[in-house]
Amino acid sequence: MSPARKSAKVRRPAGPARKQTGPAVAEVHLPSDAELRRLAERILRLSDADETEVEIDTGADALTRFANNTIHQNVAEHTLSVSVRTVFDGRTARATTNKTDDDSLRRVVAASAALARSQPKIPGLLPMPGKQKYEKVSRYFAATAAATPVDRAHSVARVCSQAVKNGQTSAGIFSTGASAMALANSRGLWAVHRQTRAEFSVTMMDKDSSGWAKANSPDLRRLDPEALAASASQKASASRNPREVEHGHWTVILEPAAVLDLVGFLFYDFAGTAVLDQRSCFNKRMGKKVMGANISLRDDVTHPLQSGPPFDGEGMPRQRVSLVEAGVPKNLVYTRSTARKMKAKPTGHGLPLPNQDGEAPLNLVFDGGTTSIDEMVASTDRGILLTRLWYIREVEPYEKVLTGMTRDGSFLVEAGRIVSGIRNFRFNQGILEMLSNVEQLGPPVRAAGEESFEMVVPAMKVRNFHFSEVTKF
Amino acid sequence: MWEWANLALETARVRGASFADARVVDLRLRNLSTKNGQVGTLSEQESLGIGVRALAAGCWGFASTDHLTREHVQACAARAVSIARASALAKRHDVVMAPERAYVDTWQNPFIKDPFQIPLERQLDLLLAADREMSGIKGVTLAESSMEFRRLEQWYASTLGSRIHQVKMVSGAGTMAMSFAGDEIQKRSYPASFGGQHQLGGYELIESLDLVGNAARVGEEAVALHKAEPCPEGERTIVLESSQLGLQIHESIGHPIELDRVLGMEANFAGMSFLTLDKLGTLRYASDIVNVVADARLAHGPGLGTFGYDDEGVPAQCTEIIKDGLFTGYLSNRETAAAIGLSRSGGTMRGESWNRLPIIRMTNVSLLPGTWRYEDLLADSDDAILMETNRSWSIDDRRYHFQFSTEVGWEIKGGKKGRMIKNPSYSGITTEFWNSCDAICSRDDWTLWGTPNCGKGQPMQTMGTGHGASPSRFRNIRVGIALAKG
Repeated sequence: MSPARKSAKVRRPAGPARKQTGPAVAEVHLPSDAELRRLAERILRLSDADETEVEIDTGADALTRFANNTIHQNVAEHTLSVSVRTVFDGRTARATTNKTDDDSLRRVVAASAALARSQPKIPGLLPMPGKQKYEKVSRYFAATAAATPVDRAHSVARVCSQAVKNGQTSAGIFSTGASAMALANSRGLWAVHRQTRAEFSVTMMDKDSSGWAKANSPDLRRLDPEALAASASQKASASRNPREVEHGHWTVILEPAAVLDLVGFLFYDFAGTAVLDQRSCFNKRMGKKVMGANISLRDDVTHPLQSGPPFDGEGMPRQRVSLVEAGVPKNLVYTRSTARKMKAKPTGHGLPLPNQDGEAPLNLVFDGGTTSIDEMVASTDRGILLTRLWYIREVEPYEKVLTGMTRDGSFLVEAGRIVSGIRNFRFNQGILEMLSNVEQLGPPVRAAGEESFEMVVPAMKVRNFHFSEVTKF
Repeated sequence: MWEWANLALETARVRGASFADARVVDLRLRNLSTKNGQVGTLSEQESLGIGVRALAAGCWGFASTDHLTREHVQACAARAVSIARASALAKRHDVVMAPERAYVDTWQNPFIKDPFQIPLERQLDLLLAADREMSGIKGVTLAESSMEFRRLEQWYASTLGSRIHQVKMVSGAGTMAMSFAGDEIQKRSYPASFGGQHQLGGYELIESLDLVGNAARVGEEAVALHKAEPCPEGERTIVLESSQLGLQIHESIGHPIELDRVLGMEANFAGMSFLTLDKLGTLRYASDIVNVVADARLAHGPGLGTFGYDDEGVPAQCTEIIKDGLFTGYLSNRETAAAIGLSRSGGTMRGESWNRLPIIRMTNVSLLPGTWRYEDLLADSDDAILMETNRSWSIDDRRYHFQFSTEVGWEIKGGKKGRMIKNPSYSGITTEFWNSCDAICSRDDWTLWGTPNCGKGQPMQTMGTGHGASPSRFRNIRVGIALAKG
């Protein structure tokens, strides 16, 4: 196998724009910015609240799902929802509907008002923000929005044929979609974000082994389903006849998806509210070295491999925040309200109000290194290479001990080379400890997993990773 | 709403579908939460739309829209058919479904007090009072309480001729106290973790939970955990209280018996199952005192898996899953039932809302009551650990190797409940674990727990499932591994 051909690095365009026969019905139309604005203003006019905020979310998404080398589920949806937050005398609440006729809009405004009025005053509730300026991000690609069920089916058919040819069984998804969100309030704030999304994930199963690969991007042309399938297939082949090796403390090489699904559990710990509530693992640890000097990460919505809107749930501009510098947690993210309580500056990471969780960094970017996975393997006397982790849950919140399983491509490395597939392990591992034991880092890539939203993370070689039990397959 | 469903079916038929069904769903939600004596979340949501499933060219297509106009519903149904035809580009065989007849019926779960008619102030007052009780305990650093109500009205129509109208009212509530001290965060939840108890029913469920009456104890236990003994490492007898056992059933019985998993349809995401078809009727899943059913009928109780008909028009049923320890049944739909030669679907198809394709979901997968009185079970146990309230759960993609930890444990010595134990955990292999069960408490201690957040499918769907259980005892279980350093 050649881990260097990792899925997330695949950047070959999907080929010339094939003229496909689309569905025999009109494609779904998402409202234009002007249409969104007219709808928002229509709703704002219906409200007599002290302040009113309107969020409109609309999307057209489709997903083609395959298993046993055939498409077995194939779905599409079209949604539009209107969410109204009103403020009356220091009280606020939210009501949401997907009905946009006049009566329904009046009712959703009235429902929000009734909810707001029925509660005690919220101490420290801040006025809504006024007009803001946002950094430009470009995350809408016509090729993605225009993808049809036939396009996806052709790709999937080629992947299924590949599996049949290799004597394997394929399963996975190919999804595409487009969405728009708009935020307006009675103080003149107007924010709109438009984005597309494409994702391909594939598992290739052999007689007693399996391999997996997954990638996503706003730009469909940056996905190569067949290359991802080839990578998964190769892993399945290379891990046939898995050996059982002993559990214990191992040097592990974590591919980016495995890194993502572990470090993803840290994201809420960087919320100011989490520290204020004393539920964060960084409580009493800010400014102290709790990870290795080679670990630095930030939140950066403008990073070219990131996605999402450049504004938060209140419409505040998302700022770049350096969270960890050389192993030392330096900063948290804050809403305006949390920042006031903690004598800090707001960073534009608030969740839609009202909520009790405050804020969260949703665009994490880890610094990386230059070591390729092949080089990590070559430098390892005895270790384990992991493709994917599964069913990760927090066992202990302060040391951030997580448990989970390995899955779909685990390999024994000896004397600098991959020697065989191995049976799967259960791990119980403290994440802060793990990030203190990182020996090598790969270049950061946009990784996609199952336990966390996408982040920009590197592959990592980690010493003393704790596998507590080995399973029977 | 029938006009939209009928229009969708007619359009699908004209477009060439050999079978189609349509679900118009009108959903209403209310979420309330408080934190440290202040209102946290306060929101209501409504969502109305239609989902159309069509079988054409031997393949499935599904499309949904929330634009309920003649033009959009017709386009949605046509899109479902064209998607089905696209699916045929990667077809290996035509979809075959087990036979089912048409039903025209109305079903609604009983409830006494409509939670949406209860004044919001009263609901908030209750949560704030629970918060106050927990926050009043010295050492509690975070107190949270929440309520959730959900009303789902559905009009199901199929080209078989079914017209089924159902209304489900779901209520749920819970509290949680957290305590940070030294280098440790501990928490206790009531009546169960991750949102508490949820059932079909009205506000009477919330009143029956007595959140306020239990709040001080919850806070005290969260604080006391800091000084508790750590969970020992080794093999022990364990007793699981019923909410933890409910999750154990969910993960190590409920998921592996899903036929779509068994047949590989979930292989890329949720995984497969160790319960391959050769094990039906042959595998000793559990000790012979263990009997498990998947029962969607109201007679089983107001569980989150209770309904009149599933989302492909099949009536609610009771399937024996484990009979006297022997593995006897799967969760099936019309397609998977036909695939393994069953004469009829087990009726387990559900979709989260109008915009999600129904898939096989657990109904109420319950451990039937045994014969023990709880006091007798404790009195009969020595050198055991009683574990309460789930804290974390993890199981492999074939549902064979698991590890759970709970919020609190209690030492049982000489038949008596003794010292508190912190960070309890246990792990094992599914069949070995269930075969080690040697005592199950009676119906007096049996509770039908609701798991409101079961995730499955792509795109992900969240569904409520029910799990009846009473405290039970398991022998020679590996404990304490989660935080072991070895």
